Amino acid sequence: MTDTNDTRSQMPLGLAQRGYTGIIQHLSAGGAGSALSDIELESRLIELGFVEGARVEVLHEGLVGRDPIAVRVDNITIAVRRREAMAIIVA
Amino acid sequence: MELPLLHLALVGTPNSGKTSLFNALTGSRQKVANYPGVTVERKEGFFVTPLGRQVSVVDLPGTYSLRGRSPDEEITRDFVLGKASGETAPDLVLCVADSTNLRLTIRLLLELKRTGRPMVLVLNMFDIATRRGITVDAERLAKELGVPVVTSIAVRKGGTADLLTLTDEISAKLAAEPQENNWHALSVAELRATQREADRIISDCVSLPASPDTWTARIDAVVLHPVGGLIVLAAILFVMFQAVFAWAQPLMELLNSGFDALGEFVHATLPAGLLQSFLQNGVISGVGSVIVFLPQIIIIFLFILLLEDFGYMARAAFLMDRIMGGAGLHGRAFIPLLSSFACAIPGIMATRVIDNKRDRLTTILIAPLMTCSARIPVYTLIISAFIPARDVWGFINLQGLVMFGLYAAGIASALAVSFLIKFFMLRDYAPAPFMLELPDYKMPQLKSIAIGVYTRAKMFLHRAGTTIFSMMVLIWFLASFPQPPAGATEPAIDFSLAAIIGKALAPLLAPVGFNWQIAVALIPGMAAREVAVAALGTVYAIEGGKEAAEQIGQVLATKWSLATALSMLAWYIFAPQCASTLAVIRRETGSWTWMAVTFAYMLVLAYAASLVTYNVAVALGAG
Ligand SMILES: Nc1nc2c(ncn2[C@@H]2O[C@H](COP(=O)(O)OP(=O)(O)OP(=O)(O)O)[C@@H](O)[C@H]2O)c(=O)[nH]1
Ligand SMILES: [Mg+2]
Repeated sequence: MTDTNDTRSQMPLGLAQRGYTGIIQHLSAGGAGSALSDIELESRLIELGFVEGARVEVLHEGLVGRDPIAVRVDNITIAVRRREAMAIIVA
Repeated sequence: MELPLLHLALVGTPNSGKTSLFNALTGSRQKVANYPGVTVERKEGFFVTPLGRQVSVVDLPGTYSLRGRSPDEEITRDFVLGKASGETAPDLVLCVADSTNLRLTIRLLLELKRTGRPMVLVLNMFDIATRRGITVDAERLAKELGVPVVTSIAVRKGGTADLLTLTDEISAKLAAEPQENNWHALSVAELRATQREADRIISDCVSLPASPDTWTARIDAVVLHPVGGLIVLAAILFVMFQAVFAWAQPLMELLNSGFDALGEFVHATLPAGLLQSFLQNGVISGVGSVIVFLPQIIIIFLFILLLEDFGYMARAAFLMDRIMGGAGLHGRAFIPLLSSFACAIPGIMATRVIDNKRDRLTTILIAPLMTCSARIPVYTLIISAFIPARDVWGFINLQGLVMFGLYAAGIASALAVSFLIKFFMLRDYAPAPFMLELPDYKMPQLKSIAIGVYTRAKMFLHRAGTTIFSMMVLIWFLASFPQPPAGATEPAIDFSLAAIIGKALAPLLAPVGFNWQIAVALIPGMAAREVAVAALGTVYAIEGGKEAAEQIGQVLATKWSLATALSMLAWYIFAPQCASTLAVIRRETGSWTWMAVTFAYMLVLAYAASLVTYNVAVALGAG
């Protein structure tokens, strides 16, 4: 998937490598495949500060399947599984 | 006219320092630690303001919103909305914020405003914010939010002075008429809009320094390294168990010889007879044999409390998440399970942070498998008696290694049971998410560590003085009566009720290598695990006759085979021997069935584990 815009291409945070930094574009719980309902997942992500425009950085990853990830969201660090992070679209 | 009691409530995001503030205001000693989700109950305390107003303050579990998605968050929601049974809504809500991290709290505050309750924003941890160069325009913030703003440092003496003054000012002019409650659970769009609004206010009123907390980043680079992190975690646990043996030994010996001397003193001063036997065999050999483990208990709690207050727990949860997820456990099950190392009761209570009912139940069912501190006396006694205290590979204490192995066995079996539950009962079940804030590291507060250790030690001694003591009286009685007929040649204890009961049960336990003395000790051991140690102390002391001033460990080493000792260790990894844990399971699940299930499955596992251990050991020549 390539993006012809001059902006960086969008991707889910769930696919990001360690060291990735970006800005949250939007949330899309639909494709994440989380055990939570879409509404619940989006609500929780917002409650932890994952809103459009927030700066994120992937600080750490776990050993098995490089999961979960520790994400810096503005000035706090949140641990999430990649599955849930798939709902966060960044660029 | 005396003014009515003023009702305050502490509300805020998890780990913002609500309980620290509660303790500072009321002089209480509620548990404080540096990870989200410490408080899971509501606690009330009282204080008097500088102007003499009587105040009741309620500490509540932390929450990111009022939606109430887990049992602990429901407690907060119901209390704030005045829905808790027999309660009215608080007169004044203190919204407690971590000043270094205002985004989430300001959003919560905007949501709380809809409830119509009078409110104050408390900018707590202001010392850390100042040190990091964060500046807050409190006046402007107050104007934008429409609520008074005050700074506080909950962990410093006098750090709540401004809050106290403000409470007086506000209470004088609190509106009497009830305000309207416009709260409803926020939709996603409203939530988003509220967060935007919060972010706007923050960018107007707060200036952040360029660099975040570098210490936390540096430590995490090691501690959360995919491989290095796991090594650090294993090393921490390993050092902890080595320390339990190495550091506690001198103190333990001191206590041991103290009790020995006391026993001899009683023996020498009192005339031979029932009173002498009761004091020497029942009280000193029984209760004393448990109290000597106080140093071990203190060391293990010191480690756990230091790790908790430093901020390591959430990291350990991060590292263990995949392993636990593989076993079908919820991501937030880690901290409750870790607390169960201290005692399963707070561990089971801490499962309230788990939102999903089935996940919570699974965690409750396996929490008692984690090696709680009540098992330490049993493990240590047997290990010291049967495992030589030599070093392997030059630096590892073999006894500590075995102890580490027993803890590992507890963890492994908990994961295995969880896996089986998932496999057989919840097949269709997708893993619940794991989302946890990793707080910045904090220097452990000496005072709260000291209080924590002190509280634990006191609890342990209290148990020794009550539960264990009363069980000991019972055991001593059973082991002493009826007295042997005149001229009997067998040991006196063979005529006692204890021997009769023990020998009746012995055939059941013979396959796992337990003798009748163990059978007797296991029954009062139902009250609390340590009691088994005390009971063995008493039974063998009485059996040994009046001259025997030997320590229980030495007695066991001569009376038991290695296979029996190992079988006993295996038994205690699983055995459901704690009445209070079962009672808490009943309360938290609201069902007798789950309590019975826990009891039954653990008993079956205990028997099976002992059976295998014993027979393998005998086959290998340890019988
Ligand atoms: N430096 C500093 N540390 C603080 C302050 N207030 C609290 N802490 C520390 O912050 C951590 C969290 O404090 P708690 O009082 O347990 O937080 P809580 O809000 O009750 O947390 P939950 O019960 O999990 O919601 C502990 O390690 C405290 O020692 C403060 O004003 N300054
Ligand atoms: Mg608390």
